[in-house]
Amino acid sequence: MSVTLLIEQLLNGLQLGTMLFLMASGLTLVFGVMGLINLAHGSFYMVGAYATAAVAASTGSFLTGLAAGMAAAAVAGALVELIVIRRLYHRSHLDQVLATFALILIFSEGTRWLFGSSPLRLSPPSWLTGFVTLPGDTRYPTYRLMLIGVGVVIAIALYLLISRTRLGMRIRAGESDREMIGALGVNISKLYTVVFALGASLAGLAGALVGALQSVQVGMGEPVLILAFVVIVIGGIGSIKGALFGALLVGVVDTLGRVYLPILFRAFMPPSEAAGVGAALAAMLIYILMAIILAFKPKGLFSAHD
Amino acid sequence: MINTTSRSAPEVAPTPRNERALDRKGVVQIALLAVLLILPVAAYVMGEFYYVNLASRITIIAMAAVGLNLAIGYGGMVSFGHAAYFGLGGYVAGIGAYHAFDATPFMTWPISLPGSDNLLVLWLAAALLCALLALVIGAISLRTTGVYFIMITLAFAQMIYYFANSWPTYGGEDGLPIYLRNSLPFVDSSDPLNYFLICFVGLLLAMALTSRLMKSRFGAALTMARLNDVRLATSGINPYPVRLVAFVISAAITGLAGALYADLNGFVSPTVLSWHFSGELMVIVILGGVGRLYGPLAGAILFVMMETFLGGITQYWQLFLGLVLLGVVLFAKHGVMGFLAGRERNE
Amino acid sequence: MSDAVLSLTHLHKHFGALQATNDVSLALEPGEIHALIGPNGAGKSTLIGQIAGHIRPDQGSIELGGETVTNLSVAQRARLGLGRSFQVSSLAEPLSVMRNVMMSVQALQGHSFRFFKPVARDEALLAPALEALEHMQLGHRAWTPVSELSHGERRQVEVACALALKPRALLLDEPMAGLGPEGSARLTELLEALKRDVPILLIEHDMEAVFRLADRISVLVSGSIIAQGDSHAIRHDPLVREAYLGDCDA
Repeated sequence: MSVTLLIEQLLNGLQLGTMLFLMASGLTLVFGVMGLINLAHGSFYMVGAYATAAVAASTGSFLTGLAAGMAAAAVAGALVELIVIRRLYHRSHLDQVLATFALILIFSEGTRWLFGSSPLRLSPPSWLTGFVTLPGDTRYPTYRLMLIGVGVVIAIALYLLISRTRLGMRIRAGESDREMIGALGVNISKLYTVVFALGASLAGLAGALVGALQSVQVGMGEPVLILAFVVIVIGGIGSIKGALFGALLVGVVDTLGRVYLPILFRAFMPPSEAAGVGAALAAMLIYILMAIILAFKPKGLFSAHD
Repeated sequence: MINTTSRSAPEVAPTPRNERALDRKGVVQIALLAVLLILPVAAYVMGEFYYVNLASRITIIAMAAVGLNLAIGYGGMVSFGHAAYFGLGGYVAGIGAYHAFDATPFMTWPISLPGSDNLLVLWLAAALLCALLALVIGAISLRTTGVYFIMITLAFAQMIYYFANSWPTYGGEDGLPIYLRNSLPFVDSSDPLNYFLICFVGLLLAMALTSRLMKSRFGAALTMARLNDVRLATSGINPYPVRLVAFVISAAITGLAGALYADLNGFVSPTVLSWHFSGELMVIVILGGVGRLYGPLAGAILFVMMETFLGGITQYWQLFLGLVLLGVVLFAKHGVMGFLAGRERNE
Repeated sequence: MSDAVLSLTHLHKHFGALQATNDVSLALEPGEIHALIGPNGAGKSTLIGQIAGHIRPDQGSIELGGETVTNLSVAQRARLGLGRSFQVSSLAEPLSVMRNVMMSVQALQGHSFRFFKPVARDEALLAPALEALEHMQLGHRAWTPVSELSHGERRQVEVACALALKPRALLLDEPMAGLGPEGSARLTELLEALKRDVPILLIEHDMEAVFRLADRISVLVSGSIIAQGDSHAIRHDPLVREAYLGDCDA
């Protein structure tokens, strides 16, 4: 029984981790290449989920919806980059934080205006609704397993993109030396727009996939955004490898903490108190983890920037 | 506070600006304070208590922003987690009142500590606890710089937020009501105008403290830490403790404002601990004009007015707030005070 | 190590495979200008970083006025009397010259946690700062914002900031860089006059200035000191000519 629970929770942790990776990879790329801190990344998560829900509802096809969601997030990302973000590259982090905070307000209230305050329904496609029986007799939802699969595929695709393609070469060049790629004749502003749109579409994908699991509503991107920040701070801002490692770490620690801390406290506390203390501590766990990591490595585990 | 007009008489320190005749900036500053003071008095006379409380709200938010401005504007420390101190201050007021109301002790070990509904006690406790929390958070966060600092302060505030949300004793996510406003000796704090005046004095004291601080040796060191910390270190002053002390003072001011806010509303909940509130405080500091003494006040007036009057017209008022904020950040970097009172020279 | 004001003993520092500082020993005696020269990439910046306290050496020790400062911070070293200037001017641009120099005086007096007394009229801060500025012949610019100064004046202000620390030793990192012939000559004159009071460790690219000013010269190549001596000896050292002066007709 408890082994089954552990396996199930580990998988849940991995699933959260892979979705966090989709968010964090875009954030960390944008920071690594453009030096920009983007709070509005959570808005692309929301845009992806809303577009997916709307298109899936009208076409009846989850996959069409998903494609539309990624496209909508990418377009939103490109537009935001063209209109607002490119004015911010040479500004202070404070200005970047505030301008992108303003974007959150605009996106959230705009979405509420368009779609209303009540959540939209988005369900996984019927062919993914069942359970899979894993070795050890663990029954696990097919859809969640698929999310882990998607996360792994995206991680590999990103790795190949960055290490094998011309675009990836430029991204790497941009991370190490911004003037250099200008000197090489690369069109930087186009590169920036592409990177930003790519990050946005990954966020949109995550929003759509998670939206089908939870619910599609205004503000859904914000808790995920903050978790993604924790992820990239732990991993080292600018590092994709750090984002992957950080995402899985945060996903697993957070999930296991919520299940096992209350159980742990029950060993030496009355059950009613143990539940409260355990839950409170579990909610703080990843922040404590982050504080400990930063106390020893102020630039994160895999820092790309000094 | 040094200007350049006296190049003809270089051996003498020039007169600080504020000792000269009242200029445009001085007029704007006095006007802001006068409006803030006179309107609620008038509203009170007319029996419009709603507007008195609105003025209290502006005053308290301005005070919280004065605290944040010390960190961001004067110290260059972009804290994205000042909601933690505002919220902690609020919970001190709430928890004190809760135990005073129930006549239960706040704690029994290692020392026995009862609740309290005395505002002076609660304010002191709020300021001290916020200072302590900021000492811990600042000590870790100030080891980092730039984006890391922003995100770490945010993360610590989230930690407190989730803690308050899931800790059931004091209401968890439902929050904690304060049934009777905490009281002061000799003054009836439940009277809306009295309470406004208490908040107003608090704001003035916080602004006077900031002004005095920034003219002192400590302020000189903090200014240098913001402008060029390598120069500060090379001059023989370690920037870290200077920043940390400023961060702690900043948090104590914001925490005090939080305690006032809880008593104004008769309620404290995790909402005031949320990152959205940290963001709004930053917005107010920037709207008003970052690093300017009267900036937080101007920003708070603008923000609460927009919230109240735009919010009365459309429930989507934050869309417009977003647009205004975007416009200010992109095109009007010096905020309302920069617009009204001209740009600040030197620092 | 006799009465050296500043001495480095067997310093080592490596970054990965790169041996940036390799067994460097060096002493700065009272009353002298000791120049440190070396081609680009010789490890000068790393060495300066270790002396000033930005970088910790892997091995070896640094003494300032007989005290070991190897593990002290930049600020602690400054208070013990190490004044330095930077290769790229490092002043607070929006502030007046005075406010920049006053910082050193304030550090020396150790009262940075005074919260209420205004500094603008604090004679205990103003007088010593003005004195340091006058030493660099800049008294008349005291209330000018740094941003309005010429390049040469900024260099002088940097030295004034260092002087306001009442230093035992000055560490000047390419003070002549970017100065025209006139500014360079002027600064040379000022340093010449200064060295009797404070010995100077001078890192400099301008060979002419080095050969004219320096009492002793150390040559750093690939992290090691390959030669040490007066300007005559250095000019004629075959190792130096080969490694460094080969492309510079001295």
